[in-house]
Amino acid sequence: MMNFSYTRATTVGDAIEAVAGDPHARFIAGGTNLVDLMKYDVERPGRLVDITRLPLKDIEDTAEGGLKIGALVPNSDLAYDTRIERDYPLLASAILAGASAQLRNAATTGGNLLQRTRCYYFYDAGVPCNKREPGSGCPAKTGVNRIHAILGASDSCIATHPSDMCVALAALGATVHVEGPDGARTISFEDFHRLPGDSPEKDNTLAHGEMVTAVELPAPRFGKKHTYLKLRDRLSYAFALVSVAAAVELDGDVVGEARIALGGVAHKPWRVPEAEALLKGKLPSSSAFEEAADRLLKGAAGHGENDFKIELARRAVVRALFQAAAGTPQVQSSKIVN
Amino acid sequence: MSNVHPYVGRAHPRVDGALKVTGRAKYAAEFFADGMVYAAAVPATIAKGRIVSIDLSAAKSAPGVIDILTHENRPELPDSDEPYLNDMVAVPGSPFRALYNDRILYSGQPIALVVADTHENARHAASLVTATYEAETPTVDVAEARHEAYDTFEPRDGIPPPPPPRGDAEATFKGADIKLSESYRVAPEHHNPMELMATTVIWEGDGALTIHTKTQGVNNPKNYICAVLGLDPGKVRVTSPFVGGAFGMVLRPQYDLLVATMTAIKLERSVRLVLTRGQMYTMGWRPDTLQTVALSAKEDGELTSISHHAIQATSQFEDYQEPTVNWSGLIYDCPNVSLKYELAKIDVSTPSDMRAPGAALGVCALEIAMDELSYRLGMDPLELRLKNYAEKDQNDDKPFSSKELKAAYAQGAEQFGWKDRDSRPRSMRDGKELIGQGMATGCWEAMMQPHGGRATLSAEGKLEVACGTADIGTGTYTILAQIGADALGLDIDDVTARVGDTSLPMAPPEGGSWGAASAGNAVRVACTALKEELLKAARGLHDSPLANASLEHVSFANGKISLVSDDEKFVTFGDAVRGSGSADVTAEAMFEPDEDFAGKYASYTHSAVFAEVRVDEQLGVVRVTRIVSAIAAGKILNLATARSQILGGVVMGIGMALHEETMWDKALGRVVNANLGEYHMPAHADVQNIDVIFVEEDDKANPLGVKGLGEIGIVGAAAAIANAVFHATGKRVRDLPITIDKLL
Amino acid sequence: MPQDARSAPEPVAVTLSVNGETHSVEIPPSATLLDVLRERLHLTGSKKGCDQGQCGACTVLIDGRRVNSCLQLAVMNDGREITTIEGIGTPEHLHPLQAAFVTHDAFQCGYCTPGQICSAVGMLDEGHAHGPEEIRELMSGNLCRCGAYTNIVEAIEEVRRAREAPTLKAPTLEAAE
Repeated sequence: MMNFSYTRATTVGDAIEAVAGDPHARFIAGGTNLVDLMKYDVERPGRLVDITRLPLKDIEDTAEGGLKIGALVPNSDLAYDTRIERDYPLLASAILAGASAQLRNAATTGGNLLQRTRCYYFYDAGVPCNKREPGSGCPAKTGVNRIHAILGASDSCIATHPSDMCVALAALGATVHVEGPDGARTISFEDFHRLPGDSPEKDNTLAHGEMVTAVELPAPRFGKKHTYLKLRDRLSYAFALVSVAAAVELDGDVVGEARIALGGVAHKPWRVPEAEALLKGKLPSSSAFEEAADRLLKGAAGHGENDFKIELARRAVVRALFQAAAGTPQVQSSKIVN
Repeated sequence: MSNVHPYVGRAHPRVDGALKVTGRAKYAAEFFADGMVYAAAVPATIAKGRIVSIDLSAAKSAPGVIDILTHENRPELPDSDEPYLNDMVAVPGSPFRALYNDRILYSGQPIALVVADTHENARHAASLVTATYEAETPTVDVAEARHEAYDTFEPRDGIPPPPPPRGDAEATFKGADIKLSESYRVAPEHHNPMELMATTVIWEGDGALTIHTKTQGVNNPKNYICAVLGLDPGKVRVTSPFVGGAFGMVLRPQYDLLVATMTAIKLERSVRLVLTRGQMYTMGWRPDTLQTVALSAKEDGELTSISHHAIQATSQFEDYQEPTVNWSGLIYDCPNVSLKYELAKIDVSTPSDMRAPGAALGVCALEIAMDELSYRLGMDPLELRLKNYAEKDQNDDKPFSSKELKAAYAQGAEQFGWKDRDSRPRSMRDGKELIGQGMATGCWEAMMQPHGGRATLSAEGKLEVACGTADIGTGTYTILAQIGADALGLDIDDVTARVGDTSLPMAPPEGGSWGAASAGNAVRVACTALKEELLKAARGLHDSPLANASLEHVSFANGKISLVSDDEKFVTFGDAVRGSGSADVTAEAMFEPDEDFAGKYASYTHSAVFAEVRVDEQLGVVRVTRIVSAIAAGKILNLATARSQILGGVVMGIGMALHEETMWDKALGRVVNANLGEYHMPAHADVQNIDVIFVEEDDKANPLGVKGLGEIGIVGAAAAIANAVFHATGKRVRDLPITIDKLL
Repeated sequence: MPQDARSAPEPVAVTLSVNGETHSVEIPPSATLLDVLRERLHLTGSKKGCDQGQCGACTVLIDGRRVNSCLQLAVMNDGREITTIEGIGTPEHLHPLQAAFVTHDAFQCGYCTPGQICSAVGMLDEGHAHGPEEIRELMSGNLCRCGAYTNIVEAIEEVRRAREAPTLKAPTLEAAE
């Protein structure tokens, strides 16, 4: 772990100024991912700017009937917030599917968006990785890649985004509020994370010095017709091989609107509006769900050890859509997939 | 036994429990000294080749750095293997020497040790050390090395080579109608005790050292370090009062001991070295083993031949061995048996014993094959086992000292409800889940070692029992206190047990499930010797009421030595001790296993494991909903700690069946999932109901009748689960762990 | 500034409140709370099992919430109330969870145990565990290689029930005898 200097910010403006002016400076909040990466010399910031005492810890109602979640709201507080439990149970469920209770207590809303891939090679400073050291190569492509991307990968990187929460936020159509040296802006959730392309070192579209200040949820929809289904190598405390956030609005007997987002399969939560549109007007059925799954997974390609994820994702999407349409969401403490 | 309610056999709570639950128990990295410095190891990033140069310039100028050791500037180390072989668990070959020369034998090998004033500064400076290498292409997959497998190795001490063939397995198999020959592989595993590897060396001045290190037996690191560094054994004390899990990983001294001690001597300062979790994946592991099992049987299920062949990975520099195939000639009655065991060298650290070494892998393959055979025969898997029940050890042509496996089968099956099982695969379901039930047999050798023990009684009537073994969580403190309390008829609160210190009587490293039998009997004989001493002192008292009594004539209870024939005639412990003329009476004794008995009888523990799984039919999610493990392991000293050991073995078996896999990148020769987030051991959510049954078993191999429990819990557990997965899904997975992808 | 030749940042003065006692320490910013507790305050009850937030052995309570102390920079916890296993109970006065762990033999080597107990204290206060299934899920951040899981869940469930029905007698060491 490299040494670094430390300052504690008292205002958002001070924090941004401190980081924007120093290319080696980074914000730190929950630290659950950054401190870990620093111990393994994957992240080597010269200065950390502590933002934990900034006033970004509230969950506020918006004029549009949604909620604006402060970037420093801990994951667990968000999951157990009564408004989230009541109006956005998909989000609550996805959060509770991730990490451990201790980590959720420390990790923040903004930090969850910014957590970095769990690619084995990214995490090992002793080996090449294009994400960690651009141009050094990607051993994962021909190496151990059972956890890697099947969608949207590039020649230079096949890493996945590890978040569960973000998969739900993608499905719900959240908006990210950021502030930077050039002022504030909002980013739609699908534009927040990016695909690796030729610059896998960039996980998202934030500029240096920009800080996530809040995540905004649109007015609630879907009622109980949602689910978060996570499949992994042990029954808890493991990253997703494949996860699915699904939500369905029925119009009589047929699907009015559907949302499907996949986790564990790409460099960002994977959403394909065309796949969702295919469900519109259809009766919930295996064939309709399979068609949507196939569209969602169009172009999916494995790298050997992760070929299975394509079929696993297909089956998981179908099951998740059944769970959502029936209004019987997966309960994260129950390991029976209903 | 003088005590009406003996402690031995009861479920007595751990005597060290309060220390552990309050965080007061001290582990190797939790001792302090003034001026102590902190070390951090720098691992190699290649798997094979040599170091060309190490750049220490940045690290040397980093804050707080005191010294940096490499192969180029280290203190003198011996250049022959002989001193390094002062390791009671050494294997044939040339033991690894840390920081010895420029050769890189495996990825993660330490190339430098950075020493600084604080942990943070050592960690920081370690990250600044860079090296250049001349790299060669490594091989880390035993399958790629299988064509170079060999069986010409020098046998490892204590590991019997496969017995010679009996009958003609090959010809019988060829002519058989009902047969199968399949290959099996269990993923390589790491022990992953929760405690990080650590050594704290306290510089006591004038060359004297107290070394607190993570070990399964303090005498082994002491002998090793004194031999390698040429230290006076009289000036070195090694302790490990508490050990945060081991499972075989610290039977042998690891490099933290050598480099930390070398540094302390060079600097004449106390040193703490704690390895990282990632660095713990660059030492001992359960070796990758390629196995083939061939079975043939008559229509009624009678086995006609068994062949078992294993090719097991070892390092380039040592021939690590474990008894992998021998079980296939032992567990079932069969006239034609052929067993073959070979090694293949790859560019990794030497494997090491990990809970039930050999048996965990070999019995797993055999027991999956037996399950496969049962379906070929259309026979209940339990019936097949009973049909081929071995009444004697055919490998060594000896009767068993005791074998209540039939009772274990019966009680396990009853508890599990085995008779209600529909034998057809895919026949049981509940909603979207298929239900499967499988079973397997387990077996492990009951071993003992020569072992010292000491018992000391104070004038206040407090007993201390002690020996130099380790309690790695098995409950040794507690059983020794129980044995001592019973021997002297004391309340257990008046008994203190001490282990984990070279100042205590000689003990071998504890492992192989011999700890309870060896240390337990050693304390027992020491207590007998103490009683002789006490009686002698009591007899010598003026007008002693016990003047002519011998041990058979007296009982020790309620703080008194009394005549059995007249309990009004007694001497209190206090008077006896005072009569001895010393502040306390102490006796030391050696327990020597009965070699005659061992020559006549084969001694094994056995288990019958029954598992229920539920598997999501489409998604391949496996849940282990129920396990019954019925154990025949002689006398159970403490029902609570014994049960816990079996639970632990079963949980590790769940990991073997479903989760655990150390993954090497073949091109880089490097473990990629060297952390607890990506190496999946079972978590709380993976473990539901586990029932443990101890069947009555009377064994005469040692006076306590105890056989040991550390290994038997895992043996057969993974096979039972794999067999249950087949029963549920109709899919036979022969390479464990059974992850989701293998069931799609 | 080339990252690798960076000089040492000045140590920072931090006031930590641990188990009700105030400690003033001068530490580098990179010092984790776990390392400060263990190496500087000699409170070694909090264990280091992975140093990556992947095992739970280092679990402590910060302002009553359970967190992995290995991922907390100590400097960021200035002024917060930290409770470690040493503050939960003593051998003479065990917390009901500590007593229940002994009674149920809910540990073997004991190394994950302080983390399991601190985590269980935090979990019961959170109030989201209503039975064994939820306990298993919400305790999954605490690995136990000795495999004491079933006993741990039984110990916690017993205390949880006793808390729900306060007339039930809290478990004691003697209960096992």
